[in-house]
Amino acid sequence: MDELHGQKYVVKARELIKKFGFKTALRQVNLSLISGDCLALFGPNGAGKTTLIQILCSLTLPTSGKVVIAGLDTRYHRAAIHRLIGVIAHDTFLYGDLTAVENLNFYGRMYNVPKLKARIDDLIDQVGLRAYKNDPVHTYSRGMKQRLSVARAILHDPAILFLDEPYTGLDQQGADDLQRLLNQFRDQRKTIVLASHNLARGLELCSHAAILNAGELIYHENTAGIDKNEFKQMYLKLTEEKTWSHQISAQVSYENSRRSYGKIFFPNSDPKN
Amino acid sequence: MCLFSFLVVIIFSFAFGTDLQVYNGMVPGILWVAFIFSGLLGLNRSFGTERDKGTLSGLLLCPVAPWEIFLAKMIGTLIFTTIMEIFTFLVFIILYNQNVLPFLVPLSLVIFLGTLGFSIVGTIFSAMSSATKARDVILSILVFPISVPVIIASVKATGLILEGRSIQTVYAWLKILVAFDMVFLLLAYLTFSHIMEE
Repeated sequence: MDELHGQKYVVKARELIKKFGFKTALRQVNLSLISGDCLALFGPNGAGKTTLIQILCSLTLPTSGKVVIAGLDTRYHRAAIHRLIGVIAHDTFLYGDLTAVENLNFYGRMYNVPKLKARIDDLIDQVGLRAYKNDPVHTYSRGMKQRLSVARAILHDPAILFLDEPYTGLDQQGADDLQRLLNQFRDQRKTIVLASHNLARGLELCSHAAILNAGELIYHENTAGIDKNEFKQMYLKLTEEKTWSHQISAQVSYENSRRSYGKIFFPNSDPKN
Repeated sequence: MCLFSFLVVIIFSFAFGTDLQVYNGMVPGILWVAFIFSGLLGLNRSFGTERDKGTLSGLLLCPVAPWEIFLAKMIGTLIFTTIMEIFTFLVFIILYNQNVLPFLVPLSLVIFLGTLGFSIVGTIFSAMSSATKARDVILSILVFPISVPVIIASVKATGLILEGRSIQTVYAWLKILVAFDMVFLLLAYLTFSHIMEE
């Protein structure tokens, strides 16, 4: 099914599995978003949020499963998809030796942004870096880099935004400015996927919340009218339960493999040991 | 790169002296050793720096095909290596008292084709090795064996030209260089998106 209530899915992930060697980072993740949906993706460290964002924006291919962005399969239409999406990740993707303007100019030319100079001026103002726009980026603080990273991500006016911990390094003012920008995006009915540990900001911004734990999507609901404290309690309970159950199952499989190893290589050994 | 190639040429001049009449066959070898070893220094930085500074993902997220990123990187490597080669060549002419003016055009052609082949192979393996920890070592281990045909053809063709032979005599070596460049360019076109996937 490619539609919900007559609206086409903008982001559709089906049965995503991602393995790194023996470690499974994502287990059968399904996700569907229509235009204007805003999803907050929560989860403890190592839950697979970054891996999921990387797969959704086609930086990494899944081991199995499929991702379709605006009707385009990420395996075959990367360039076209990249024109539609903006990404803020752990890395800022900025060149330290270039100034803010030069960085934006470089990415603007890569995206073929029309009226680039005016657009850069506007964005530099929006992220509050006018006074520093001609300084090399390596002289910026982490927060300033993150502000510029936001400008870089929305430079080509993307229809879909993937944000992986966008509040990292931002002071209160910077986080508020980013929240204001994201609210504008949401009001323009653009699609946002936000991975964050900040439950309050995530719930404030987004229309849907999902919880990812140990690679599994264990919760995905509309957040309209949800109480933040209740959600926090539920989040803690769900992630704790799942973490314990995964630790136990990992221990059991380790014990089983140890016993099989004993059976195969030491046929005279006592299977009870 | 320029400093390193300068040092290589100087060291060879100390080792063998500047009168290379006895070692005439070694002249093109010395030149290409300087080119290849110094070029490798540049290749290490081609993708490694992008990955270290976290800008490679930014490039890959731009609406261009990975193949286009490869071409841009390869052309960048080719330009910087050519600049280094011009510098090395000038030092080489002065130190070894070689008169290359009569052979400048065919020599430039050989050096261009050889450098192109080395840049293509080097850029492919630079992208592959950039994700590894010991990328400097791995790049050398990967690039040198694969570049053997291009190095042999370049050295032989350069030697024949410096001996004053006609362009027809080096034609076979030029064909090898062109074939090598085309094969590896095609290989890069077909495989580069897979190389950049992880």
